[in-house]
Amino acid sequence: MKVLVAVKRTVDANIHVRVKQDGSGVEDANIKMGINPFCEIAIEEALRLKEANMANEVVVVSVGSKVCEDVLRHGLAMGADRGILMETDQPLQPLSIAKVLSSVIHTESPDLVIMGKQSIDGDNNQTGQMLSALLGWPQGTFASKLDLQNNQIFVTREVDDGLETLALSLPAVVTTDLRLNQPRYLSLPNIMNARKKTINVLNVDDLNIDIKSRLRTLEVHEPPKRSGGVKLNSVEELVDKLRNEARVI
Amino acid sequence: MGVLIIAEHNNQTLSASILPVVTAAKQLSNKITVLVAGHDCVAVADAVSRVEGVTQVSLAQAEYFQHHLAEELAPLIIKQVEDDIEYLMAPSSTFGKNLMPRVAALLDVAQISDIINIKSADTFVRTTYAGNVLATIQTQDPIKVITVRASAFEPASHGDKQSKIASITVTPKTGLSTFHAREVTKSKRPDLNTARVVVSGGRGLGNAENFKLIEEIADKLGAAIGASRAAVDGGYISNDHQVGQTGKVVAPELYIAIGISGAIQHLAGMKDSKVIVAINKDPEAPIFESADYGLVADLFDVLPKLCVALGK
Repeated sequence: MKVLVAVKRTVDANIHVRVKQDGSGVEDANIKMGINPFCEIAIEEALRLKEANMANEVVVVSVGSKVCEDVLRHGLAMGADRGILMETDQPLQPLSIAKVLSSVIHTESPDLVIMGKQSIDGDNNQTGQMLSALLGWPQGTFASKLDLQNNQIFVTREVDDGLETLALSLPAVVTTDLRLNQPRYLSLPNIMNARKKTINVLNVDDLNIDIKSRLRTLEVHEPPKRSGGVKLNSVEELVDKLRNEARVI
Repeated sequence: MGVLIIAEHNNQTLSASILPVVTAAKQLSNKITVLVAGHDCVAVADAVSRVEGVTQVSLAQAEYFQHHLAEELAPLIIKQVEDDIEYLMAPSSTFGKNLMPRVAALLDVAQISDIINIKSADTFVRTTYAGNVLATIQTQDPIKVITVRASAFEPASHGDKQSKIASITVTPKTGLSTFHAREVTKSKRPDLNTARVVVSGGRGLGNAENFKLIEEIADKLGAAIGASRAAVDGGYISNDHQVGQTGKVVAPELYIAIGISGAIQHLAGMKDSKVIVAINKDPEAPIFESADYGLVADLFDVLPKLCVALGK
């Protein structure tokens, strides 16, 4: 079985981003970038399937500019077999990314696609669902547990009122939630080893896919800051403030 | 040009998540149809038809709609778009998040996720970067697929007038996915999404046993229980209590954060609350920057006292 994992390069999860003065976007110069945390979980899960002899190849794919090679190398250092970079300098929206991925999937014919449920920059939570729609495949979103059995995958999903388990026929698209696994740390030998693995670079412009943006960001700004509150000295004072000042209890 | 809202429900009761969506839809059109797709769900259609602002209810019933699988619902929704529908809307609950991008892709249009404000017929405000950046987005698509953040719009009220309920032809079963099991967390406490007061616990509680202290406080206040990611990852409480960028986004009148440091991913889920209280023994915890009232103290010392003080 072949597993394809789609990964995105995003701002590091611990960075507090700032909006540019002219409101045209966020400050991106000299910001620490890395693999989107949900995508790292997706790679880890694919590798666990391979280590359990349920998959024989793990391919990582990213869509973006040349610099996205670094997140593919991250995946290769974790243990993925090879990488594919769908290169474009245009910032793509989820629908376009899904279209590019769907074209890769037509060539690669994986049995399972695993990807993060959302990226921590756009917070859209769309690409996996869109990809499965374009392919006509089933979808298992927000997964916290996978169980592969006889050409079927049982996906336990984190939903608003608890957990839901679906059985999907393969091929399928699965998107990962936080509790699916704890990704492994990279070891130095594996980082060195990853340098020897192959990354195929293809140009998105050669695909003849409509990737024109349908959405235009007119402006970005930071939300109003909460004015700093007061520190209180005792429980009695707190209860008094809540009862008589804020009047919320 | 009309709006089609996809109702979230469990075949017996309508989820309150739809009420803010109706309020948002009213800003876009006065023709609001709600699609109720499910199995044996006439009672839900009846409830929807009494929501103020709803002009029509479309009822689609089939055994394979019972679990609201995206693979089954998406073709049905697309078939409804023919009739003068410009907006497709759903709450940005896990139901809407799962379903709507599938619908958007099949229509070859973009989706605008989790909107918090409507600027005009084609321009919306949504949050990005864990709520640290608000983006104003304009769409050029003829059909606008939108999910709505429930806490950002007032809920529509239930009226006396009943709108028309029309049964519609169902689309055939796809059978791509099958429902297997559901573990619903049962609780007598108010729903986290709509509660007036939320009491949340974090890593500072240390274990599941200690997390019961949070429950005691919540019960004194008639509050819902929230949790930080650390508390859920640590197994102190189930995933459906997680508040934050990837969990639930809440905006109650009172949010009490106990033993929560205030990572940006958590703040994304609660910083629009009206009054925020933080109790943490670390005076440098970032949560204090967002709190109206802060108490620097050991929670194990404070919580029993708080319980007594609230009981008075």
